[in-house]
Amino acid sequence: MTAEITTEKARIGAPSIAGFTEEGEGLVSAKVDHSHNHGLTVMSSRAERLTSFDVADFALPTGREEEWRFSPVRGLANLLSDAATDGEAAAFSVEAPEGYVRGSLAQGAAPRGTVLTPADRAAVVASANTDEALHVVIPAEAEPAEPVRILVHGGGAGRRSNAHYVLEAGANSRSVVILEHTGAADHNGNLEVIVGEGAKLTVISVQLWEDDAKHLAQHDAQVGKDAVYKHIAVSLGGSIVRLNSNVRFAGEGAEAELLGLYFADAGQHLEHRSFVDHNVANCKSNVLYKGALQGKNAHTVWVGDVLIQKQALGTDSYEKNQNLVLTDGCRADSVPNLEIETGLIEGAGHASSTGRFDDEHLFYLMARGIPEEVARRLVVRGFLNEIIQQIKVPALEERLTEAVERELAATEN
Amino acid sequence: MSTLEIKDLHVSIDTEQGTKEILKGVSLTIRTGETHAIMGPNGSGKSTLASTISGHPRYNVTGGTITLDGEDVLAMSVDERARAGLFLAMQYPVEVPGVTMTNFLRTAKTAIDGQAPALRTWTKDVKAAMQQLRIDADFAQRNVNEGFSGGEKKRVEILQLELFKPKFAVLDETDSGLDVDALKIVSEGVNRAHAEGNMGTMLITHYTRILRYIKPEFVHVFVDGQIVEEGGPELADRLEEEGYDRYAKGAGAASIAAAAAQA
Repeated sequence: MTAEITTEKARIGAPSIAGFTEEGEGLVSAKVDHSHNHGLTVMSSRAERLTSFDVADFALPTGREEEWRFSPVRGLANLLSDAATDGEAAAFSVEAPEGYVRGSLAQGAAPRGTVLTPADRAAVVASANTDEALHVVIPAEAEPAEPVRILVHGGGAGRRSNAHYVLEAGANSRSVVILEHTGAADHNGNLEVIVGEGAKLTVISVQLWEDDAKHLAQHDAQVGKDAVYKHIAVSLGGSIVRLNSNVRFAGEGAEAELLGLYFADAGQHLEHRSFVDHNVANCKSNVLYKGALQGKNAHTVWVGDVLIQKQALGTDSYEKNQNLVLTDGCRADSVPNLEIETGLIEGAGHASSTGRFDDEHLFYLMARGIPEEVARRLVVRGFLNEIIQQIKVPALEERLTEAVERELAATEN
Repeated sequence: MSTLEIKDLHVSIDTEQGTKEILKGVSLTIRTGETHAIMGPNGSGKSTLASTISGHPRYNVTGGTITLDGEDVLAMSVDERARAGLFLAMQYPVEVPGVTMTNFLRTAKTAIDGQAPALRTWTKDVKAAMQQLRIDADFAQRNVNEGFSGGEKKRVEILQLELFKPKFAVLDETDSGLDVDALKIVSEGVNRAHAEGNMGTMLITHYTRILRYIKPEFVHVFVDGQIVEEGGPELADRLEEEGYDRYAKGAGAASIAAAAAQA
């Protein structure tokens, strides 16, 4: 069997837009017949990226580094400094059935550190400055009726907050965990997830920050044999949000789905990076991030890395990013990277498109009697709904739909 | 009984080289139940007429009027025109991201009728109309025109025509790019809509091919932004044989004088 790589560059209806990048693939496909390297410099393998618990291993980024080149690093000085949490910079609370919260884990106390090793300056300073990590365990076979909630509420813009959460889903458990961010802070948060054999876990990280919050995050998961892990990042608030969602596998037959939804307004920087490390054979992954942009200097970034290691025979993976641009003056960067070290896979595909809701779309819908504001909502709601409906927690879906509506109302003003 | 009346319409567009006049005084009246074919060579302004009727912002009306039962169409926004009963089947329907056909059709129907259609009959109507136009059932869940072939897009335009039941339908080169089978299917759809008796049709075309399936009572020949000759179906037959060559520059003025004398 040979590998099949599909590339779609189908734009959403509109012609290409000046000022937008839709970057080529950094695709290493030495053992794959169908190569489509677009003459870009082939970057070093994602597998070689430095990870470490030692702050000294990560210099302060300048913005020229591959992993920081899209980020407004000048605005992140406070978050990237090796600094302790500023008093009660962020209050957190946990809503979970009795016994799920197991107290806290010191640095080096397993399972802390078994899955998440910091992969950048932000994660390492968060790790180093969090002495006690919250430890939540969903017992084996448990199927809690309500989602487990970890609520983080920032106590004020510019106040430094470090966090590290360790989440374990026991074998064959079925659960949803919501990590919710509100208020404002300079919040640096790591999440370490261990999905046990046969477990089914959905983690939803919701960024409903106030306008002046900044948030950097590394969410790493290891998915056990026959387990199903779904991570959904929803970023609507905050001035800068950069969330890296990474996954690897601990056994065959596992599935991972990394999803994201973001809506950037004027001046907002919302960045999502995903990395699926197919280190084990016969696992499946699907990555889909969808974003809308509006207003001057609204900036979104998606960088999706998929690595299919030599031993990961029978891998089936797909990743896609779609952006919908609603006004002039926005910038959407979208970079899929696919590295394939074996040809003996089921499939590996990637796609990226950035389209704009332009006058011709509007004309078409209005020519069918639909008023302008209804037309605009129809398009954006439909576009983002694909992710929202994956949440499957009705109350949260409703809240997020309302939040999207508020963003849309802002477009019209 | 409704009347769409176009009087001495002048339309220009802004180009990099400055303002360009495309329609140079067009007058045309269509009533319910009538089918008018507007025929002419490429670049004669046929599609401009269609887009101007529907209110596309690219076209500036510099003179003349369009009225629907006496109401000033030019004063209406694009969506108001559609709600007033005008429908344009577009030559190049755009793909609309994020909106499923189902959602789009229901939203448009609700806007046009001023109230949501009864769900059960609506679903049935949509399904039946799709079947008649040989549109695959799973198109309902796809985004509007996204990934549809040229022929599929045209069928979806006629689907809307049948579902929205306009007073006047303007078909802008609906026949272009269709093979014979698709042309028949699309024509049958237009004829069904017409047979209900409450619609007037303006059929814009370059070729006479579609006139084998849709029979106009009136044929207007469009050259260089003006109607240069008018007549019945026999005029289309003549065009089929002779083409548009005889309307080449210079010949136009004589023909319109002849047409005026006939009228």
